[in-house]
Amino acid sequence: MGDLAYNPTELMICVASRLMEDGTTAFIGTGIPMLAAMLAQRRHAPNLITIFEFGGTGAILTKLPRAVGEGRTFNRAVAASGICDIVETAQRGFIEYGFLGGAQIDMYGNLNSTVIGPHDRPRARLPGSGGANDVGSNCWRTIAIMRHDQRRFVPKVDFITTPGYLSGPGARERAGLAPGTGPYRVVSSLALLGYDAESKWMMLLAVHPGVTVQQVVENTGFVLLIPPDVGENAPPSAEELRILREEVDPGRFYI
Amino acid sequence: MQVLEAGIGELFQPPDPNAFREWNRRKPKALVEKVMSEQEAIRRFVFDGAYIGTELYGTVRCPMSLAREVVRQGFKDLRVAGQGVMELDLWLAAGLVKKLDLTYIGLEVYGVSDALRREVESGRVDSVTEWSNASIAWRFKAAAMGVPFIPVRSMLGTDTLKYSAAKVVECPFTGEKVCLLPALVLDVGLIHVHRADKYGNAQIDGISGFAFEMARACKRLIVSAEEIVPEEEIRRRPHRTIIPYYLVDAVVHAPYGSYPGEMVYLYERDEEMIKEWVEAFKEEQTARAYLDRYVFGLRNHAEYLQLIGPERLAAMRWQEE
Repeated sequence: MGDLAYNPTELMICVASRLMEDGTTAFIGTGIPMLAAMLAQRRHAPNLITIFEFGGTGAILTKLPRAVGEGRTFNRAVAASGICDIVETAQRGFIEYGFLGGAQIDMYGNLNSTVIGPHDRPRARLPGSGGANDVGSNCWRTIAIMRHDQRRFVPKVDFITTPGYLSGPGARERAGLAPGTGPYRVVSSLALLGYDAESKWMMLLAVHPGVTVQQVVENTGFVLLIPPDVGENAPPSAEELRILREEVDPGRFYI
Repeated sequence: MQVLEAGIGELFQPPDPNAFREWNRRKPKALVEKVMSEQEAIRRFVFDGAYIGTELYGTVRCPMSLAREVVRQGFKDLRVAGQGVMELDLWLAAGLVKKLDLTYIGLEVYGVSDALRREVESGRVDSVTEWSNASIAWRFKAAAMGVPFIPVRSMLGTDTLKYSAAKVVECPFTGEKVCLLPALVLDVGLIHVHRADKYGNAQIDGISGFAFEMARACKRLIVSAEEIVPEEEIRRRPHRTIIPYYLVDAVVHAPYGSYPGEMVYLYERDEEMIKEWVEAFKEEQTARAYLDRYVFGLRNHAEYLQLIGPERLAAMRWQEE
């Protein structure tokens, strides 16, 4: 592998970055989505419109943000407003992609970032929804970024912080959420996953280099749909790694 | 409208727009000087059990000098709303918090807040009501509008709604379910800004978070400012004013008031100092030592800045990109 050796975080950033299309809007949260967006802007999506929760729209990301409100999230942006404007923009249908994370995800893409154990006497109190519920409720297509193991890919999340497809087909609409919205992809540390159009059940799309379908199945706590034509994600290219290491995160804050 | 679903979370203060109108009617409208020290502002306007909130988020434009003074004066049983990450982390570590309207308390890139974990898992925070970020801001917006609730399309179908104090109804216009958020009026709000005049007219550079909404949803509002400017400077660029004076009860001069967080276009955040905070707050004992050094051992914000030192502060100067 030589110079093209890479770590799992770098691979997840590259796979997430490739999902970001040029000329579209993406709601960016802390961590991997920030690196993926910056990489996308420098590679295939110079006109990716980044949207940050506390008011930054259309930043040109020259330095990696470490927080969703900091100055870097509206560096040479087209607008600096506030949280109501940003989430209302999502609520009106302007924001295509939303990136999410969490401690647990289930087969319908429901996410937990609130508690492990019962709510009122939790075994672990996690940070809470933050903007996740707003993103998962109001962006057209949401992409979750998760480490992949049985503790995180669970049959039932302890707490639905952020709506995926809830209890299955039609459940989002029945709850009052906007039609046509919902989970789209999961970028995990083992694979790229999507959802079956009919059943809304999570489905394996492509494994990461060197990962087997069996490994993905073994690390998933629910039955995963496995189509006959599972692909393989390309490893990070030399160009992706160079941009990532030299321009996006030279201080190795995340990678 | 029939309520189809109601969150079981505690509503710390039921909305009462008529009472808020009466309160606002009595608030002085004259242009009077309100500049005072942080000790005086906190002593006069904060009280035990107060429903209190801070603005903005993460490590950005945080009213840290005011938040430290709240700890120094040792108010108890605070009911806390808002999204200030460092401020709320500080108050949790100091054991001041009884009830939380919680959307997110964590340390962003540094992960979960151990102070939050200790206080909630032990039951010392006795009530946690869940919201999304926008829901808290929208609750302030409803109060700012002078109405009892606001309909939104977040939170529906989730446990976040179940453990909130929101309600779901059938929209009388569309026939679809919609989430109603109760207006949130704070007893006291703390907001840090770039500049204010002596009357409290306040301007913010860069993103304004939810300052506009929260400032209009407080019974008492303390504004700290990097700079106190002449009234004329405000009047020359009135479109920049996010918070007009009549909302404000106290103006506190607080250069580097957001430190160790950032203040856009003035100074960047101090990463080493934030890491020291994160490490210290992992355990109760080290958190106590941190509070002794940076809060209880100092009389005021000026002494805090002295302790940090002018060279270190100057090194944080904003780098134009």
